[in-house]
Amino acid sequence: MTGDFEQVKHLITYMTGDEKHDESSNSTLDVLWVLYDRVMRYDPKNPRMEQRDRFVLSKGHGPEAFYAVLAHKGFFPKEELKTFMQWDSILGAHPDRNKVPGAETSTGSLGHGLPMAIGMAMALQLKENDRRVFALIGDGECNEGSIWESILLAGSRKLNNLTTIVINNFTSAPDLGDIAEKFAAFGWHATTVNGRDHEQIYAALTYQDEARPTAVVALIHK
Amino acid sequence: MNMRQQMVKTLEDLAKQDERLVVLLAAISNSLFSKDNPHIARRVINLGIMEQTLISVGAGFALEGFIPVMHSFAPFLVERPFEQIKDDFVYQQLSGKFISTGASYDYSVEGMTHHGPGDVALMHTLPGMQVVVPGTAQEFDILFRASYANGANTYYRLSESANPFNSPVRFGKLEVVKQGNEAAVIAVGPMLGRTLAAVEGMDVTVLYCTTLAPFDGETLRAASASSNIVLVEPYYEGALVRDICHALQSRLIRVETIGVPYRVLNHYGEPEEHDAHLGLTPEGIRSRIERFLEQ
Repeated sequence: MTGDFEQVKHLITYMTGDEKHDESSNSTLDVLWVLYDRVMRYDPKNPRMEQRDRFVLSKGHGPEAFYAVLAHKGFFPKEELKTFMQWDSILGAHPDRNKVPGAETSTGSLGHGLPMAIGMAMALQLKENDRRVFALIGDGECNEGSIWESILLAGSRKLNNLTTIVINNFTSAPDLGDIAEKFAAFGWHATTVNGRDHEQIYAALTYQDEARPTAVVALIHK
Repeated sequence: MNMRQQMVKTLEDLAKQDERLVVLLAAISNSLFSKDNPHIARRVINLGIMEQTLISVGAGFALEGFIPVMHSFAPFLVERPFEQIKDDFVYQQLSGKFISTGASYDYSVEGMTHHGPGDVALMHTLPGMQVVVPGTAQEFDILFRASYANGANTYYRLSESANPFNSPVRFGKLEVVKQGNEAAVIAVGPMLGRTLAAVEGMDVTVLYCTTLAPFDGETLRAASASSNIVLVEPYYEGALVRDICHALQSRLIRVETIGVPYRVLNHYGEPEEHDAHLGLTPEGIRSRIERFLEQ
């Protein structure tokens, strides 16, 4: 609902002090909202329940949108947002899985979350658990070698329970060209969407290929 | 059977009994594992030559309740993906088991890129990281079985160099091998055999250390009242000095560190030639201890 989305936007204003990452946080907001509002299966009161979809904020940077969505969905009280980055806060400038209800992984150093998401996806297959794993990376993060190791690995292992969202807000120093095309070349089902268009995002995130991992490149034009 | 072969046997055996165990490989040792048992084969996974991803994928398995065992040569398991070990396992408070092979200059002819004398010092900087240096294949089996499911992060340093005999070992314990008055000599892992040869006829205590972290300071304190401490290690010298200082805070002590020196070691040849060059032979160790005690 538009009203809820506006409320989440308002919640972001509770958090101050990390302005250098405003752009990063703002760029993920729409995707995170659609993911938590309409796509993922979870129980905010039992955030580690086995039968849940997993979300990994691989890029870690600018987690304000992530925190606002989690708070809005009831993982923790909205008042916590006002403690952002303070000494005793559960909410740091990069998420800590041992502090934030709903955070699956602690991230911050780039290029760690996607391979962790692959491990989770492989583990779920071993457990014969059909839940999905979503990982969110940034285009700048795509400069890390471990991201390309991961893209190669997930494609070759045909991890169909993994979806990687690439937020492309054009921060990469090297020209990445057509990111979706690159994922496709590594054996992924890959699409490109407008990162502000909720229906496009929803359609892309609900698609699950039978034999391939999925990449959704969300374009955020400045 | 060397330590690496024992590792394969131990892991295959434990994987049959414990469905939580997952072995993740980056090509190294993949061909040594049997793929006959499909039940185990699903949990012995060769990811390919991507060590950073190896560690992070392991953390993903740990997040899902598995016990991941990650393995490669020492420099590629420890030094290349060190940040992944630190962030994904230590900072996230997950448990993983890291088993290296090719210790120090075991693979001497391969050159320095394949040497790993810095592994123990580096892993020992990580909070809560357990460090195990077995002296024989059988000791690895005992120590791994005792610790693989303990919920901690543990580094196991396997080597081609081994003691000519097995010793009784317990995870987390120093073993008192002999007692004397002039010094306490702590021999780590595969250095025990040559250390015992070095101190023959000398009036010293010899302690055998296979678990470096957590360090058994209590046994060190109780076994010897001497102020002369000699540490004999198979990797860069001095990794245990901090632990010894903490354990013996109430005493004035002198410490001699005998191990691989912090030098660029750009020779090839046999590991034994490196030992001889660096004085890590029974004669060289004896000479260092004698000089230390004369000072």
